[in-house]
Amino acid sequence: MNKIFEKGGKLYWLHSTVDAFESFLHVPGTVTRKGAHVRDAIDLKRLLILVVIAAVPAALFGMWNVGYQHGLAVGDTSLNILGNWWYGFLKVLPLYLVSYIVGLGIEFASCQIRGEEVSEGYLVSGFFIPLIVPVDIPLWMLAVAVAFAVIFGKEVFGGTGMNIVNPAILTRAFLFFSYPNYMSGSDCWISYKPTEQLVDGFTGATPLALDGTTAQYGTGFWDLFIGTVPGSVGETSVIAILIGAVLLIWTGIASWKIMCAGILGALFVGGIGDLAGITTIPCYMQLLYGGFAFGIVFMATDPVTSAQTEAGKWIYGFLIGALCITVRLFNPGYAEGMMLAILLCNVFAPLIDHCVISSHLSRKAKKLKTA
Amino acid sequence: MSQNFVLKKGLNIPVSGEAALHVSKTIAPGIVAVQPTDFKGFLPRLLVKEGDPVLCGSPVMADKKNADILLTSPVSGTVKEIVRGDKRKLLAVLIEADAKQQCVDFGVKDASKLDADQVRQALLQSGLWPWLIQRPYGILANPDVRPRDIFISTFSTAPLAADSNFCFGSELQAAQAGVCALSKLTDGKVHVSLDGNGGSSAFAALQHCELHTFQGKHPAGNVGVQISHIAPICKEDIVWTVSPVALIAIGKLFTTGRLDVRRKVAVTGPMAIEPAYIETVPGMPMKEISFFCGNTPADTMRIISGDVLTGKAVGENGYLGTFDNQVSLLHEGTEEELLGWLNPVRAHQFSADHSYFSWLTPKKKYAMDTNLHGGPRAFLMNDGYYARVLPMDIYPVYLAKACLAGEIEKMEKFGIYEVLPEDLATCEFVDPSKNNIQEMIEQGIDLMLKEMA
Repeated sequence: MNKIFEKGGKLYWLHSTVDAFESFLHVPGTVTRKGAHVRDAIDLKRLLILVVIAAVPAALFGMWNVGYQHGLAVGDTSLNILGNWWYGFLKVLPLYLVSYIVGLGIEFASCQIRGEEVSEGYLVSGFFIPLIVPVDIPLWMLAVAVAFAVIFGKEVFGGTGMNIVNPAILTRAFLFFSYPNYMSGSDCWISYKPTEQLVDGFTGATPLALDGTTAQYGTGFWDLFIGTVPGSVGETSVIAILIGAVLLIWTGIASWKIMCAGILGALFVGGIGDLAGITTIPCYMQLLYGGFAFGIVFMATDPVTSAQTEAGKWIYGFLIGALCITVRLFNPGYAEGMMLAILLCNVFAPLIDHCVISSHLSRKAKKLKTA
Repeated sequence: MSQNFVLKKGLNIPVSGEAALHVSKTIAPGIVAVQPTDFKGFLPRLLVKEGDPVLCGSPVMADKKNADILLTSPVSGTVKEIVRGDKRKLLAVLIEADAKQQCVDFGVKDASKLDADQVRQALLQSGLWPWLIQRPYGILANPDVRPRDIFISTFSTAPLAADSNFCFGSELQAAQAGVCALSKLTDGKVHVSLDGNGGSSAFAALQHCELHTFQGKHPAGNVGVQISHIAPICKEDIVWTVSPVALIAIGKLFTTGRLDVRRKVAVTGPMAIEPAYIETVPGMPMKEISFFCGNTPADTMRIISGDVLTGKAVGENGYLGTFDNQVSLLHEGTEEELLGWLNPVRAHQFSADHSYFSWLTPKKKYAMDTNLHGGPRAFLMNDGYYARVLPMDIYPVYLAKACLAGEIEKMEKFGIYEVLPEDLATCEFVDPSKNNIQEMIEQGIDLMLKEMA
């Protein structure tokens, strides 16, 4: 590193930023000073870039779907795959720019203030945020929401690794409660300009909002599985999300226990709702609707905010699945429960861990006593 | 009642440079260091001054808190220099060895016929007492205490560790005498654990002790891990542990009547030229083994007394640690690697994580260096990521965080009594956040010692 960025140098106050760029380009030549003299080749950059790669299929499909849905809405289906994708790409690109510029800006500034190296955590959050918001969300709103989530969701707790709730989910929650008009209803999920004439009778409502009965199209199993339905940018395609899930589970970054438990929880409550006649949606369809798949694979499994213990992961995942479907079944005002379920369980994760550990330790103590 | 333990968790770190099973040189070093810093909890008071003659086995320093606990010279010669560090901290006493070695005669004794007091006196006088380590905390054993049990791990699973059978196979008689002597010091049992990872252990013939077999990856050979499976340490329990080199030295004290700490030492690591064993005494200057380093400039190499996970970087001017029977030579990894973290393959790097492809080549050995491979970050991965390489019933991240926060109650709850820093070395190795977990545990233990005193 140049001398002026070192301690005592003129530009020392910029050292975190310089560090960040330098260590982005290189694996630094730092050697171990204490403890184990050799270390695993893995680092957080590697782990987190894999999470981003896992979300790429969902992002690419989401971009195509933005174009495709727009075509359906205005009755112009002449664009080919690439054309649809390009339309969506141009729509989503500004979301990414805002997400990364605002989020990383705050992250760099906070790390600079704390005098730490810049952590890579926001690389992932910043990639997820555009995927879980409506594509036409005004950019200033997104900027405000990202700033809120990064500052109050993460930096005040001490930065990446210290946060209690997932910053990406917090961004969405902020948008949802501050600007509900832009975050619900039947218009927000499709990209179109106010000047464009919509096809007669077209509704951009998501299958969830239509309760599966009144929808005209795009609510069949395969539509939902492939993802050719309206929704947030990256959440619609279950198959693209599954590709990411396989990568995450194989590399061990995300816990398969949380995913399995989440699915079980959703099936459980969805099944009860179905049997009790509260809903006509078969329980397995609940897994395909809305943000469930994206949430359980990418959001609920965030290693920082999820439960830490192995038994805790099962409880935490099950609760998310169950709560999500509970909100869907019993809240007529708002059809999607995934965001709230994850936020709530993020907050409860330390408590779940506490209970799991306490019971484990008391069992261990008993065993020692009798031994 | 012997038991066979199969430990599923753990990690063998495939460093290249295993020592060939032959002694390439017997080294009688011209200078030998007696290092009080090797003994945690030992406050040294000097008993010699520069120019004093010493015999092999004559006292060099005593513990300030208990004048009976001595450190003795492993060779006969003259005190050449007293090395002090910051705040005049005593680091080492250098002894220039005589050409003809003379030993203090402690008398040949039949260990099985001695009583506890005689064994204790013999160990104290010979300077072998500090070689007994107390758990919890890994400190000097207190002669006034009768420990619940005594544990001996006869093997090590650490990277490139010296081969137990090769080093100690011919010393079985001494080992047996050592076990007999130690069994007098406890009301409980002497537990001896054998290597279950293929081949039969030379120690399997030992009597008057409980034999256990441990099979599994590192740290299955760590005595702390073994204790937690055989008979865990609870609050207020005190147990002692004895390393195999100490066991042999204790045995020889009774069978030969002399302090004989010579041992086979494995010189290992990717930078070692024709890695093999040497025979020498602890406190040997690392300069004596420069022929293993070739022409490599000293500043590009790290000389470690011990293994690559828990050893001490002593440098070319350092000395072999008292308990160590291994030297590891590593390249200092100061090179930057362009976009290394993004490179999908990186076949020359080892990672236990599936995001690299080391799992495709399980038999491959890697010329690892000392590069940190990333920047230090807060803990991000959850507890299970670390627990998969720690075959103990504890929560490593919770314990480390409790140590960081200095919360005594939580440290107790999460098992500070059961661990030493070395037991969590594999967790430190795999940590993507590059935390110094061993240092955290060390801090926690120091805090406990301060609070409990």
